[in-house]
Amino acid sequence: MLTIQQVSQLLPQGDVLSWIFQIVFLGIFVVFMFYGQRIQMYIMIREVEGSLFKLKMMRDEGRKAAINVIKEIGKPQVDPTAQVDRFLEYFAITPVDLDPSGIIWRLEHLLDVVDTRFKDDVKLMAPQADEIQTNNLENTLEVALVLNEIYKVIRHFYLLGKKTLSLYVIMQVQMVLPLIMKEAEAYSSALKAFQLGQPIGDGAGALVAAKLMRDYEKTKVEKDIVVAKVPIEGRTAYILKAEGPGANVGKPGEAIKQIIEQNEGKISLAIVIDAAGKLEGEKTGEVAEGLGVAIGGPQVDKYKVEETALKYKVPVNAIAIKEDVGDAVSPMRKEIFDAADGVIERIKRLIRERTKEGDFVIIAGVGNSIGIGQ
Amino acid sequence: MEANVAMARRISPFLLAILMITLILSLASIYEGIDAYTKNDPASGSLYLTMGATTLAISTYLWFQTRRRMLKLSMAIQPINTTLECQKCGFKNVREFQRGDYVFKHTEDQCPKCNEKTMTVGSIFREVKEKEKAKEAGYS
Repeated sequence: MLTIQQVSQLLPQGDVLSWIFQIVFLGIFVVFMFYGQRIQMYIMIREVEGSLFKLKMMRDEGRKAAINVIKEIGKPQVDPTAQVDRFLEYFAITPVDLDPSGIIWRLEHLLDVVDTRFKDDVKLMAPQADEIQTNNLENTLEVALVLNEIYKVIRHFYLLGKKTLSLYVIMQVQMVLPLIMKEAEAYSSALKAFQLGQPIGDGAGALVAAKLMRDYEKTKVEKDIVVAKVPIEGRTAYILKAEGPGANVGKPGEAIKQIIEQNEGKISLAIVIDAAGKLEGEKTGEVAEGLGVAIGGPQVDKYKVEETALKYKVPVNAIAIKEDVGDAVSPMRKEIFDAADGVIERIKRLIRERTKEGDFVIIAGVGNSIGIGQ
Repeated sequence: MEANVAMARRISPFLLAILMITLILSLASIYEGIDAYTKNDPASGSLYLTMGATTLAISTYLWFQTRRRMLKLSMAIQPINTTLECQKCGFKNVREFQRGDYVFKHTEDQCPKCNEKTMTVGSIFREVKEKEKAKEAGYS
């Protein structure tokens, strides 16, 4: 049996302050033992709350920027605020994939309808805007729409986490938050680029094509795509890119398909140049070569090139310009701009190594042509 | 935007209260430590001083963390440059980006060297600070 004296030895022997310290530390220990997980959850909620606040700022900034630029360029008769708010809530329902047969064509149709609808809405909002400005405005609104969507999804998980007080609900959003914030920040900086018509990192492929086709006659083919016939190393190259300097990605897949079919498949080599996501540790503007169709986005264009290349047995090479997801949508970095000359050298080397003199080749610069002429 | 930043700069009263309590406790602990030393009790003195110094360091760190997060909320605007190239003599001139600039645009600017209106936009780019580049290079 413990005596009172023995028990009292476990307690602090000093003055009142020592008592207070001991009680405080014991209290902290007990609180952490029983409420540790809940405290952790509150910390996570606070963290998400901070990011949510920042996302709200970005969303509001995007909305405000879109309204201001429409008023400035489009000179509308009525206040476009209500139209912009309606635009920010747009959604598109992806086609049924339970029966995947023909999904590409259904997806292409949906994307065409979305594009036409967006362009029509922008024209209604900004009647005085020319074609280039309409494209830039459309992209500005799309960025604002993405920022709004990100904000709403994070807000949903934040409120759900608070409502259910479930660690796992809040944890799943807290874990991916750094990546989401990085993407949102990138889109936020893209707003300015689209408003002012500055070239963005995604346009790296288009820049290479623009440098190659400069001073040659261009013809407009498939939706928003320009093609130039350029002699390179004794071969004839069909160089194509989205029409600039407005924000455009066009349909490079359809254009490549048409060129191959027009030449009855007599294309010795197709080279696709595009910006590609870099891994952490890789340098921005690093160039890598590979095989296959380097076209991002909803895969429709990639599918078309693959189908046609298979039909006519055309080898497709890819050149990737490495960049961060943030660099892809923000104003083009100097390293990416400088990489274009290196890519041109690689294209010439590839043509010399893989084709014979007099052959026909296709060089496709894929990406957004904003701020890049031809 | 300014209103938003002002709102972001408001510190949570809960966090402020915790910080204040920790700060008071750490200062009291340091006082106790010094007091114990003067009363020839180095064992208690060291314990209290260590406790006080650690708590003070943690609360200061927390305070700076809060400040850093607040500063992060304001978005940085990076300068964009436009390079103009003379098609005749190859003279290059770098200036700040202006609305309407695009790559390969023929401008009305006069070449300072050959005095002809043959300046074309050669490039438009954003330069990233060396500090950020070094951070990116990391383990490459």
